[in-house]
Amino acid sequence: MSEATSVVTRAAARSAWARRLQGWQGALVPVAAVVVALMIGAVVLVGLGADPVKAYSSMLEGAFGSVSGFTQTLVTATPLLLVGLGVTIAFRGGVINIGGEGQLIVGALAASAAALYLPLPGVLLLLAALIAGVLGGALWGAVPGALKAQLGVNEILSTIMMNQIAIQLANYLLRGPMIDPKEVEAGTRIAQSALLPADSWLVRLVPRTLLHGGSILALVMAVAVFFLLWRTTVGYRIRAVGLNPDAARYAGIPVKRYQMLALILGGAFAGLAGAVEVLGVQHRMLEGLSGGYGFSGIVAALFGKLHPLGLIPASVLFGGLLVGGDKMQRSVQVPDALIVALLGLVVLFVVGSDYIMRKRAAKAQSHE
Amino acid sequence: MNTSARTPLRELKMVDIVKRFPGVLANDGVNFDVRAGEVHALLGENGAGKSTLMRQLYGLYKPDSGQIIIDGQPRVFQSPADAIHAGVGMIHQHFMLVSSLTVAENVALGLASTRGPRLDLDRVAERIRGLAERYGLKVDPSAVVWQLSVGEQQRVEILKALYRGASLLVLDEPTAVLTPQEAQELFVTLRQMADDGHALIFISHKLHEVLALSHRVTVLRDGRLVGTYPTAEMTRADLARLMVGREVLLQYDRPPAQPGETRLQIDGLWAIGDRGVDAVRDFSLTVRAGEVVGLAGVSGNGQRELAEVLTGLRQPSRGKVTLNGRDVTHASPAERIAAGQCAIPEERMRTGVIKDFSVLENAILCDHSHRPFSRNTVLNFGEIAAHTRRLIADYAVKTPTAETPIKNLSGGNIQKLILARELCRKPTVIIAAQPTRGVDIGASEYIHHRLLEQRAAGTATLLISEDLDEIRALSDRIAVIFEGRLMGVVDAATATAESLGLMMAGTRQTE
Repeated sequence: MSEATSVVTRAAARSAWARRLQGWQGALVPVAAVVVALMIGAVVLVGLGADPVKAYSSMLEGAFGSVSGFTQTLVTATPLLLVGLGVTIAFRGGVINIGGEGQLIVGALAASAAALYLPLPGVLLLLAALIAGVLGGALWGAVPGALKAQLGVNEILSTIMMNQIAIQLANYLLRGPMIDPKEVEAGTRIAQSALLPADSWLVRLVPRTLLHGGSILALVMAVAVFFLLWRTTVGYRIRAVGLNPDAARYAGIPVKRYQMLALILGGAFAGLAGAVEVLGVQHRMLEGLSGGYGFSGIVAALFGKLHPLGLIPASVLFGGLLVGGDKMQRSVQVPDALIVALLGLVVLFVVGSDYIMRKRAAKAQSHE
Repeated sequence: MNTSARTPLRELKMVDIVKRFPGVLANDGVNFDVRAGEVHALLGENGAGKSTLMRQLYGLYKPDSGQIIIDGQPRVFQSPADAIHAGVGMIHQHFMLVSSLTVAENVALGLASTRGPRLDLDRVAERIRGLAERYGLKVDPSAVVWQLSVGEQQRVEILKALYRGASLLVLDEPTAVLTPQEAQELFVTLRQMADDGHALIFISHKLHEVLALSHRVTVLRDGRLVGTYPTAEMTRADLARLMVGREVLLQYDRPPAQPGETRLQIDGLWAIGDRGVDAVRDFSLTVRAGEVVGLAGVSGNGQRELAEVLTGLRQPSRGKVTLNGRDVTHASPAERIAAGQCAIPEERMRTGVIKDFSVLENAILCDHSHRPFSRNTVLNFGEIAAHTRRLIADYAVKTPTAETPIKNLSGGNIQKLILARELCRKPTVIIAAQPTRGVDIGASEYIHHRLLEQRAAGTATLLISEDLDEIRALSDRIAVIFEGRLMGVVDAATATAESLGLMMAGTRQTE
């Protein structure tokens, strides 16, 4: 065998190995991780005196077993998908965005303010509110981005701190300038904004459910992010910077600018999630609107292997876990914390198994 | 611990060694033996399986099948400790020394003291002096390691192995970090050790060193044994052919240089290194169109920092760099690329390519934002794929497909792709840093031809290399750097290895 063919077959054998790892095993591993996490959850359920079969069947039933349950799953999946897209862009750019929660809140505030105060007719109002949400979230991502680019501040810390600032900002606005005048009149002073004008609402897709046009928007965005990352120079640069900043800089790509852009885009998508939640579900801004979507979105993104299209099933699954977890809690009377613990276990196993797979793949590469 | 009373090994055999890694057969039934009193060279290109074989000998890997037999007894090494106990010592390319401790402390590290809980460093130092004298390993036992030169640190490593009673010593490319003079001194030491009854395994891909030092030579290729030969019966061309599997040209015919205008001018350049001290000091050099200027020097004398300044990755503290008449002292990498400079980076996996990108994505690393590869930020994969296929064909890059992740390619093929990517931009200045480091002979030869083609086409090339053979084969003028300073510039045609070696060791050029 000539040297040429032997090198080629060797490389082909190696890449076939890598493909196998990344292919079917790559898809099966997170599913197996979920199964194992649920099995551990079953042990805990038994320990709490609950019937795990009943618990899990009620979870499945609650999340996917009826029109109302399944639409609720999709409604929950929508902000997870949008936040997850932002997380994906940031991670692909090599920056870690833990600020989804704050960006989502600011996006929701900005969208509500636009819908309440801008004198625009019809669909223009909806459009303006959506854009305001995107800009609000982008601003909240730009601050850590600028801090990182200019001063080298760790974005994990700064995005977490920005979450706190956003929560306090919402506290202030919803108790002060943005509070619903009716609440003031009634003297109840619940921290929420006035009902938004109906022109700004996202269309409801199935009667008597909460499923709204934002879900379709989120699907379109997933495809758009896929296109951005793999079909445009901007996405190419973001990925190059994320995978190897040294080589990217050497090739003339301004690394810091693209890290900042990745954080801004991450914020923009989380902001859009906030806007969609306000305009599609609540129709007003209220305290505790997010319910932790900003964090669950990170989990969904990891579960979706940081791929915009993988995120679609991942967010539906996580939406299902959240919705079904509610049902399970009611049907077998287990503490709320167990659901959170279950989700935590899933994350632990998914991220852990991913790490192991990557190590095995790396070992397969570096044989010499 | 009594380290020297053990009977020294007389013969070590490795029989039918097979070692598989996922997807790769790294050693395919290799036989190898070494006897007391000889230097046995192990020759092969990168990826031929030399390191894998030696790691099994040293207990770092376990063979999938095959045996290690010492003086007729089959042995199984579970760990390096077993190998050391059997008298095997290994001198790694990267030294395993504690830099804040003295030589004696480093040698004693991990060994039991003869005085119970109290240190016996005086006795250690005495034995070190004895060993050092016997083998010409000049080292002060009380010197602190970080103060020692690379060559001295290597001697400490050898002393460490001898002190532990090694009668078989494996040296993994020991000359890679040495000046030619230091390498000569090392050879004297190694010959003395062999005469004294030690068995030595010398891993190298430098043919002239193998010829100068070894008694026998074993050649590996693609994980398989090509053969074991008495060195005296071999020529350089024989060895090159066995190693690569085909005829290899070892010298290049090139017409005399016809240098044109100045393309790259470096004036009084200073730059601070990673440790906060000046790494480049008052360095000046000119490179003209149509010539190759080689920059020789021992590793770590400011070459890396100089290359980083010239490619825009490191800011100089003083001085000026002019590229095609433009001041680019503080220009960004992108501005230099736009001004017609291309660069082949020293660490190709760190700065040359993005290993998780495909060959195709790597091919457009600098040019992705230009037509026809993209239009209004949308990438045109049809054009990119066609371009990549052209590069793959023109530069004989061996890859299964253009979509294969580049990390699956061999070092030589990755380097060819980098070269293809950089040269297809028709640069006026090339900064080539260690362009063939870790690249096999076949690919090196190819890369050299391409660089000489550029010279013929009128490109100005600065070739930064630690491989003096490469510098001499390609350069028209040779500059030598030592501790960040220019030691001199000599005409390549008249430069001798001795004069270059003196400059590499810090002697300024004499008129």
